[in-house]
Order: sequence, then C-alpha cells, then structure tokens
Amino acid sequence: MSTSAQIDVRGLRKAFGDLEVLRGIDITVERGEVVCVIGPSGSGKSTLLRCVNLLEEPTSGTVSVAGTEVTDPDVDIDRVRQRIGMVFQSFNLFPHLTVLENLTLAQRRVLRRDKAEAARVGRANLERVGLADKSGSYPAQLSGGQQQRVAIARALSMDPELMLFDEPTSALDPELVGDVLAVMRSLAQEGMTMLVVTHEMSFAREVADRVVFMDGGVIVEEGPAERVVGAPRHERTRTFLARVLDPAAAPEPVEVRKEG
Amino acid sequence: MAALTRRQRARAFRGAQYGLLAVALLAVVLLADWERLRQAFFDVEVAKAQFPDILAIALLNTGVYTLLGFGFGLVLGLVLALMRLSSVPPYRWIAVTYIEFFRGVPALLVFIALGFGVPLAFEVAIDKYVTVMLALGLVGAAYMAETIRAGIRAVPKGQMEAARSLGMSHGRAMASVIIPQAFRIVLPPLTNELILLTKDSSLVYLLGLSLSQYELSNFGRDALNEHKSLTPILIAGLLYLMITLPLGHLVRRLESRTAKAR
Repeated sequence: MSTSAQIDVRGLRKAFGDLEVLRGIDITVERGEVVCVIGPSGSGKSTLLRCVNLLEEPTSGTVSVAGTEVTDPDVDIDRVRQRIGMVFQSFNLFPHLTVLENLTLAQRRVLRRDKAEAARVGRANLERVGLADKSGSYPAQLSGGQQQRVAIARALSMDPELMLFDEPTSALDPELVGDVLAVMRSLAQEGMTMLVVTHEMSFAREVADRVVFMDGGVIVEEGPAERVVGAPRHERTRTFLARVLDPAAAPEPVEVRKEG
Repeated sequence: MAALTRRQRARAFRGAQYGLLAVALLAVVLLADWERLRQAFFDVEVAKAQFPDILAIALLNTGVYTLLGFGFGLVLGLVLALMRLSSVPPYRWIAVTYIEFFRGVPALLVFIALGFGVPLAFEVAIDKYVTVMLALGLVGAAYMAETIRAGIRAVPKGQMEAARSLGMSHGRAMASVIIPQAFRIVLPPLTNELILLTKDSSLVYLLGLSLSQYELSNFGRDALNEHKSLTPILIAGLLYLMITLPLGHLVRRLESRTAKAR
C-alpha cells in the first residue's frame, strides 16, 4: 500500500444475494486527489462509494482509508467514519434539528467539542458554503440546493480527511446544481481528497484529476479526466458518454435512470 | 320502479333514511319518562353535593393515575420496541411474547393479578399508586411498543446512514436522530393511547381504594349508592369528556399537520 493513498481498494466484491454488484474493483485515491466515478445506473458506482465507509459491507476484498483497513473486523468503524465526510444524493439532513444543530450534533456527541466550539466551527462551515444566514432555519425551509450545501457543511464540520459524494446533484432541479458544484469545486481547490460519483460530465472534466468509468460492476477504464471524457478508448465508455452528453440524440432507446 | 332515474332513486333512498331517523327520535321522546329521567340524572341538590370533592379528589386522581400509567408505559413501550427491533433474537422473542400476552389479556385481569397476586406471592405491600402505575403501564406498554416500533421503522433509512457516516454509534444515532423523529411520527396514535388509558384508569377500583384514592368512576359509583341518584355518574361522565375531547381534538390537529408535512 502506498503511503500517500487516502483510499486504497483491493479486489472489492459485493453481492446482494445472487446479484453481484461489484466484481473485483481496484482503485486508489491519493491525498488531495479528486476522482470522479461515472457510469450507467446499476454499474455499482454508488455501492463502491458506500463500501469505502462501510455503509455496505463488502463480500470480499479490502478497503483502506488513510492507512486504516476499514474491512478489518476489529477496526473501530465509528472512529474511521469520523475522518470520512459523506454527502448523499437525498441530502439526509436531520429534519427535526435546525441547520446549525445539524452541524453541531456529531461534533458534540462524537468529537466531544463543547457547545461554543461546535457552534463556531459550524458557523464557519456555513459561511464556507454561502449559507451563514440560514443557521436557525429548519431543513424543510430550504431549497434542495441549499439543503445539499448544508449537508456538505455538516460533513466538513467534522474536519474530515476526505470526502465521499454520492450523486450530490442528481436530486436537484437543474438551476440549483450550479451552487452545489461551486462549493465542491472550491473544496477541490483547497486540496480536499474527494471521491465523487456523478453524472455531471462538465464537472468531472473540469475538476477531476482522474475519471473512472464503471459498467457492470467492473472498472472499464480510468485515466485523466480530459482523456476519459474527451477521448474514451472503450466502446462502452463512448456509448455511455454519447447518451449522457446528448440524450436526445441517443441512437437506441435509453433506459429510465432510477439509481439511488 | 324501474322507471326511476338515478337521481330519483337517490332522493327516495335519502328520504327513507331521514324518515327512519325521525320515527326513532319520536319514539324516544314519547316513550321515555322524562320526569323520572330528570330525577335520576339531573338532581341539582345531589349535583351540588359532589363539589368540590369530585374535582379535587376524583378528577385529580384520574389524571394522576393516567399520567403515571402513561409515563411508565411509554418508557417500557420504548424499551420493548427497541427489543423488538434488536438484532439479538432472544430480545425479540421476549418482546413479542410480552406484547402478544398483554394485548390479548383484559386489563381487568392484569389489575387483579397485580393487586392481589403480587402481594400474595411476594409478601410485600406495594403502594397503591405504584400498583396503578404498574398495572396501567404494563398493559399500555404493549400497545405503545407496537406504535413506537412502527414510528422507528417509518424514519427514512438515510437518516441512520447519515448519522453513522458522521461517526455516531448505532445507539447514539438512535437516541439523537431516529427516536426523536419516530416520536414525532407517532404522536397522534400515542395521544389516542392516552385517551384509552384515561378510561382504563377506572379499573383501579379493583385494587380496593380508600376514599382519598377514588378516581372519577369509583367516586361516581360511591355517590350513586349514597344519594340513590345517577346524577354523579352523569357528572363523572362529563368530566371524562373534559379530558378526552380536547385530547381527541389534539389528535386530529396533529394528524392534519402530519398529513400536510407529507
């Protein structure tokens, strides 16, 4: 295992019953690197992401995060997860708490920060995502884009060493996508290690150091964003990109996207 | 007959229903002996004699018994709900057995068993208020456990995932994230349970109470024997409604609020 690898996945397999969703994945993400995972629905990209912080238990293979083997049965998974920020497609803010309370809950209960310190960190991160004025609001009072930025701020409040994004803009109205991507872009510029499952090809192309294309539970190809998105080598990658970049011109009927 | 249009048929059917209602009302008005009813249920002197004790003792005790039983039942119900959802099979078995037993047995029998069986078996004299709390709570907990369990399961899966991904333990996530939301969801059915317990608190008469421990039903029955008048029963009934009607109203408001939130 290389010393600077923040995420190191080896031989990862995951099956739900008879359905094998991941069929042997190897991937590394270096410190400060931004890696985007793209691919059709059902390709296993979300499952891969969820295996990194063990929201899904791998069937076999190893996952290491910042030198700690997550898949080791003796590892204190709660401690490892503190260092891994995660952002979900459906935001998953706590609806019974205010925005600021969403940001301070885990700081206080998990990191044992005192109330004032947790609030200070929380406000600083709200500022970072451009929502300093929303600290007293409840999630239901915010737009989807604002909710997702709060969710990012919540993850950042734990001072994570890396961030996982699971289709962070897929549940958003198109006009709200930009604000969320802008926050992610600035995070990337600050040097955050990021593993992002996304359908935003322009974001992948512009921000990602590396793009990984998955299909059928395997990595079909990976490489610099410019090459994978701009000049894909594999036929499957090309077909997929053609459909995503210009859905109306799809040569054959496109499957309805329903991935969660 | 066959010539009736749909509208005509609907009108005839509705007319028949009103007619039936009118006949029934008329029969009650004509057949009932109003003077005797008035004497039995609306004796002003007897009514005056019930105050203030019916409020200061009976209504108060009904409230105290209900709240004691509800409080204990809520805590036990939450524990049972969590046991029912536990990954440890014996906990689930215990919870299921408990719930099935206490839902299936009349509260009356639980009261008798607790009031007489426990002191007999263990040679301990339990305080009456504690016995009431245990009896009402044991029965209420079985129902509340199922309600709370449904509430916990109704919280979206993503909530637990978000909490766990922030490094919270399963227990911490339950306590800070899942259970507070579950209780918001089940507030209407829990309030219904409170109404049921208010009425079930009348069963404490089985425990053999002293005068100062009387609640509404017992108080009313006692006064009935004393005055040979049903007036105290009527007052007791109205006082029950004073508790339960606002609660029922609250349930409907909570339900419509939940419906709006969805």
